[in-house]
Amino acid sequence: MSRHVAVIGAGAAGLEASSALASMGFRVTLVEKEDSTGGHVKDWHALFPNRRPGAEVLDSLRKNLDPGVNLVTGKPVSAIKPNGKTFFVESGNDWQTEADAVLMATGFSLFDARKKEEYGYRIYDNVITSADLEAAFSAGKVTMKNGEIPKRIGFVHCVGSRDEKAGNIYCSKVCCVTAVKQAIEIKEFLPGTEVFCFYMDLRMFGRHYEELYKEAQEKYNVQFIRGRLSESTEDHNGKVILKVEDTLLGKPLKIGVDMLVLMAGMESPSGTRQLRDMLHLAKDNDNFLIPSDAHLSANISEIPGLFYAGTCTGPKNIADTLADARSAALAVAKYLKS
Amino acid sequence: MSDIKEKVRFGFTVNKDRQIDYDANSKKLASTVIIAEPSLNLCISCGTCAATCTAAQFTDFSLRRLILLVRRGEVSGLENEVTKCMLCGKCQLVCPRGVNTRNLILQIHKALKNTVL
Repeated sequence: MSRHVAVIGAGAAGLEASSALASMGFRVTLVEKEDSTGGHVKDWHALFPNRRPGAEVLDSLRKNLDPGVNLVTGKPVSAIKPNGKTFFVESGNDWQTEADAVLMATGFSLFDARKKEEYGYRIYDNVITSADLEAAFSAGKVTMKNGEIPKRIGFVHCVGSRDEKAGNIYCSKVCCVTAVKQAIEIKEFLPGTEVFCFYMDLRMFGRHYEELYKEAQEKYNVQFIRGRLSESTEDHNGKVILKVEDTLLGKPLKIGVDMLVLMAGMESPSGTRQLRDMLHLAKDNDNFLIPSDAHLSANISEIPGLFYAGTCTGPKNIADTLADARSAALAVAKYLKS
Repeated sequence: MSDIKEKVRFGFTVNKDRQIDYDANSKKLASTVIIAEPSLNLCISCGTCAATCTAAQFTDFSLRRLILLVRRGEVSGLENEVTKCMLCGKCQLVCPRGVNTRNLILQIHKALKNTVL
């Protein structure tokens, strides 16, 4: 009987790691809390930097999922119980599996933008999140609440990231380039609309990201104003009035926009935190899971047989998530074969 | 009379609002200059131009700042600002984004003369 691995979470990391493990001859159970696979990728209309459809990557991950993988959907994992050399992975009282190794690929959750109350999400009609905008692109319709075309759109970077008041001191890494990508998409979709990005730093960390930023400036005249939004208000016409400091001019600036897009950051999901606490794993300030060595064993936990893949150990883009998943599969294989 | 005026002057004044009121400002200058020198859009406000600028050693001239003022429609006093540049072109040699800085300044100068703001 081949050794059994339980992979928790069928997003990009879970799908990739499961396929890799199955192709190495392990028996794999992939358990997903939602009714379908794909995690956040299925909500994303297009991906940076080349703006290919998110569905294209997801279809490929789904299609390449090794047919030997036992996929279980609609089962949120509520407990991982170490049992000597094995683990019991449970979803409430109605589902359980015993595995020789467990790979947590539990991903991230998006920051709840309502927590930044001063930005007006779910208070003002025309304040949306980056995820809402992806859904709007998917639906092929970007309009204000009253159905009109927005003439000016503002993007706010770092919403729920690099913000102690929001409880998150870290950078979510992917929002900057996502804002640039979405700004370009807006300009293509609504050429007459002005686009402004309000940022603290522009962290174009990946290959071709800087080029995308340059394209947004050069080809689309997207305007970048360095300054963090302090607060937004709604005027009598439904316009969202923003107050920022134009930090490069050293002056406060007031500007009205028809629509405001909040770049929601990544957080460690509450389910992951519960599993972490249940397993008495060390807790980091940022709540992401802590690998035993950030450089040398990024997929190995404190508990022998328990492994990590993807954004459960911190914000990552899709390419890095997939690479991390394959690396995790190797770490699991090494453990099970030793 | 002037004695009384002096006596009731407590030293309080109201400062002019420093806030950039973007919606109220005219963007005519910016749109004119962008058409005349599109590389304006490439500026990333790194300040290399201002760091190498000879004029900036003796005046408060900064091309980085000038570009932002044009973009925001903060146009008052700009006529005097552009004349501080001696068009030596050092900024153009160092600009990492390839902004055509000399022509940009000439175009701002021209637009300030010819555009009704």
